[in-house]
Formats: sequence, structure tokens, C-alpha cells
Amino acid sequence: MWRRWKRNGAAHNGYGLNGAAQSGLTSRAIIDLRDVVKVYETPAGPFTALKGVDLAVERGEFLAVVGKSGSGKSTLINMFTGIDHPTDGEVIVADTPIRHLDEGKMAEWRGRTMGIIFQFFQLLPTLTVVENVMIPMDLAGMYGLSERHDRAMHLLGQMGMTEDANKFPAVLSTGQAQRAAIARALANDPPILVADEPTGNLDTRNAEIVFELFETLAAAGKTIVMVTHDDELAQRVPRTVVIADGLIVDEVRR
Amino acid sequence: MNDRNNGCASEPLIVLKGLKKAYRTPAGDFYALNGIDLEIWPGEFVALLGRSGAGKSTLINMLAGIDRPTAGEIWIGGTALHRLSESKLTQWRGREVGVIFQSFQLMPMLTCARNVMLPMDFANRYGTPRRQYVRARELLDAVGIVEHADKLPSAVSGGQRQRVAIARALANDPTFLAADEPTGSLDSRTADAVFDVFQQLVAAGKTIFMATHDRELASRVSRVLHLEDGLIIEDMRLASPVEGHDLVAKMEA
Repeated sequence: MWRRWKRNGAAHNGYGLNGAAQSGLTSRAIIDLRDVVKVYETPAGPFTALKGVDLAVERGEFLAVVGKSGSGKSTLINMFTGIDHPTDGEVIVADTPIRHLDEGKMAEWRGRTMGIIFQFFQLLPTLTVVENVMIPMDLAGMYGLSERHDRAMHLLGQMGMTEDANKFPAVLSTGQAQRAAIARALANDPPILVADEPTGNLDTRNAEIVFELFETLAAAGKTIVMVTHDDELAQRVPRTVVIADGLIVDEVRR
Repeated sequence: MNDRNNGCASEPLIVLKGLKKAYRTPAGDFYALNGIDLEIWPGEFVALLGRSGAGKSTLINMLAGIDRPTAGEIWIGGTALHRLSESKLTQWRGREVGVIFQSFQLMPMLTCARNVMLPMDFANRYGTPRRQYVRARELLDAVGIVEHADKLPSAVSGGQRQRVAIARALANDPTFLAADEPTGSLDSRTADAVFDVFQQLVAAGKTIFMATHDRELASRVSRVLHLEDGLIIEDMRLASPVEGHDLVAKMEA
């Protein structure tokens, strides 16, 4: 099933992964990691979590990242979400070299560029579902005041959550809460969605619903990067990279 | 129920009278709360024990103003929550109560400090973003994690995230905190540290109402309620941790 990925001479042009190389010449990757190294200082000495990773993700790609815990996949995600900074190498996301952003600029950039979804639900308990979806628009000052509610309702409609808009997170099922979190991640219409184990806390049926929502979003042009432990789901994603010991060791395209 | 935990207070902070909550099910109405009468005094640290499905979360949601009773009265700080309009209730919730849940519920895109600033923003309090930021740092300092103020939630540990959630619950300086299984997803050492933060808040005058499965933690509060089938079946004031340990051990699981 897995095709062995061989690091080749093209790796350092930023579009180093075989199939992407040609198309990459005309459409620049939206996420572009070049020889990224991350070293953490620990009491036991330096620990290298990423050992020179090249990864180019094209606009509209749906990419799964798999790997054991400790393999470096969370560190990898942290590099292009700007949660953490590389020790060496370059990270360019949506044409922005993110090393040049200070924390204030970073927050603004992140709010416009990506939606983040985690395994556990991050809805604010004292706000209704629709109010939760409106928060990123409020924070980024995106869309007119009167438009925000309509847009939030529209996004909830896409998630099949119209009826739940005025409920509080505490009364939602876990599947509903995750769909509301996805609606909120889409609030500012970011080109990139990053999902860290988005189905990890869901039963099979709800995992399926969430996965199909991602497929729909990818078909509509969103770039989606999903970290998952679920091999079955990963095999249904058009492109999968496998991380082990701080390196991309395998890649498969379907 | 007539004795007072705190000799200084002349009025209970929370009064529940005949509180009921019914949910419609295909099999008929299900009463998650079936007639709760309760008074909570300022400065009490109350633990709510009971099995899953006993009605604990429903009761917490009532006290947090995020659910409404089917019947009965709910008074907090002299406000009749059961009579408030939706918009008044939203306003009340934003200012008068801090809510902490098991799963932290922080915004992943915002730094810890920005998460703490959100309720101030919503309630239009504490002035400029700069002043709100300074206050957020003070609150994060009070829960012992100010060094993580500018990190994103995913860059800190579970226990640290829960401390951020506590700091956020304190953003608008509410007199009352409602916590639903606040240590439920933490290991015991981290749970202990979070519990210590609660004890410090009580010492500083806050009133805390906490649903928990953790009987060891429940034995260290000032009052324990035991909920079963939507009714309070036991109500004990604990004079000391030792007494608390013995009494809670005797309670039915």
C-alpha cells in the first residue's frame, strides 16, 4: 500500500515530493516547509524532533499526516500553524515566511489564514453555538456586524447544525460539538484548515460525518491537513505522509 | 439547611426552590432534576457527587445560566434567573458567573492571555485591550502560569490549560464559580494542583460549586451534596478534611 518515498534531488526546491514537483512549478504551494529542523533543549540534552523535513502542500490538497506519538507530527503541525518556530529551515505559508512575524502579527495572520480544529472541543461554554461561530469574525473584524450572524447561520447550515444554533455547547453531543467547532474554524473563510485528530473523540458514525464534511470542503477548494491515528480514514485521503523519528519516511498519493 | 457556613453572611448567595427540569423523550418526560431545594452561602465550597445521569450537569448548567428550569425558582445574588429574558440572562452569565468544564474549552487560535481576555471583551469591561491584557496576565499569575501567557493552548499541558480556563472564569471577577468535573481529564497530581487553586479562591472569598466524581477531592471541600435521580439525598457540612474523608467514604457510590 505505502509507496516508499525517496528523498530526491528536487527536495530543496520546495516542491520536493515527486508528483508535486511539476505542478508546483506553476502553482506555488500554500504550505511550504524547507529542510525544517527543530531541536528542543531538555535536561538530558538536545532532542531533535524534526530532522530536516521538506513538505509542500498545494492549494486545495487534502493531506493526512500519520505517525506514532513522539514521531514529530505534532511538532510538524506546530511549525506551519506558527505555534512553534523551527531551529533551522524555512516555513512559508500562503506566501508569508512566518519567521518574520512577531506574536501580534502572527495572531492576526493565523486568524485570516487558517482554521484549527482539535480532538477536544473548544467551544466556549457560556456562549451559544452561533455566538461561538461568530467569535473569529468579531476578533478579526471580518464581515459587517449585521452580516456575521447570517454568515454563522449559513456555516452551521452547511454542517447540518441549523437547529442547534441557539443551544449551549453543554447540551450538544460530541459529534455536534465537533461540527460546530468546524463551522467556527471556517468563520473567516480561511484557505487552510488544520485538524489535529478531529475524529479521535467520536464514534464511527460521527467520525464518518466529520470526515465527509472535510471531503466536501476539500472539493470546494480548501486546503486540509489532518493529523490522524485512524488508518482507515487516512487511506481515504488523496495524499498521506508518514512521519517517523522526525522525518517523512513514506508518502502515498491516491 | 438553616445553619450557616459563614457567620458574616446574612443572605444566602444561591437559593433554589422546587427546581425541576424535564426533558421530552419519546418515552415521555424525563425529570433530570425533580424538585431541588437548596441554599448556598457566600464563601462555601460545595462538591456535588452522584452517578452519571443523576442530574449533576443539569444542575450545574442551571446555576451557570446556560439552561432554564421547567419549574421552580433559581435565585443567585438576589437575581431571579428563572424570570430573566434571554438577553438579560446572557448579560448576567457574562458578568456574574465563571464556568469551568472538564474539557477546558479554550479557543485554539488564541494565546492563553487572549483566551482570558475574551469574557472581558464580551462584557465590555476593564477598558482598553492593553488593560485587559495586563489583567489577564495578573489572573494567569494568580493560577501560577503567567510564563505561558503568550503561548497557544496546544503548546501547554492539560493541567496548564485547565488553569487558563480557571483564569478565564475569573476574568470578570464573578462572586461565584460553577465547575463541572474540572479535574475529570487530569492525572491525580495535576488534579491536586488545580484543586489547590480552587481552595485559594475560596480562601479569597469566592463561592464554588463543583460537580465531581472524585470522592477524595470531595472530602476536602466545606460541603458535600449527593444527587440521585434528580434529588439531593444527602447534604453534609464538613468541619475538617479528616471528618470529610470519613463521611464521604460512608456515602453510597
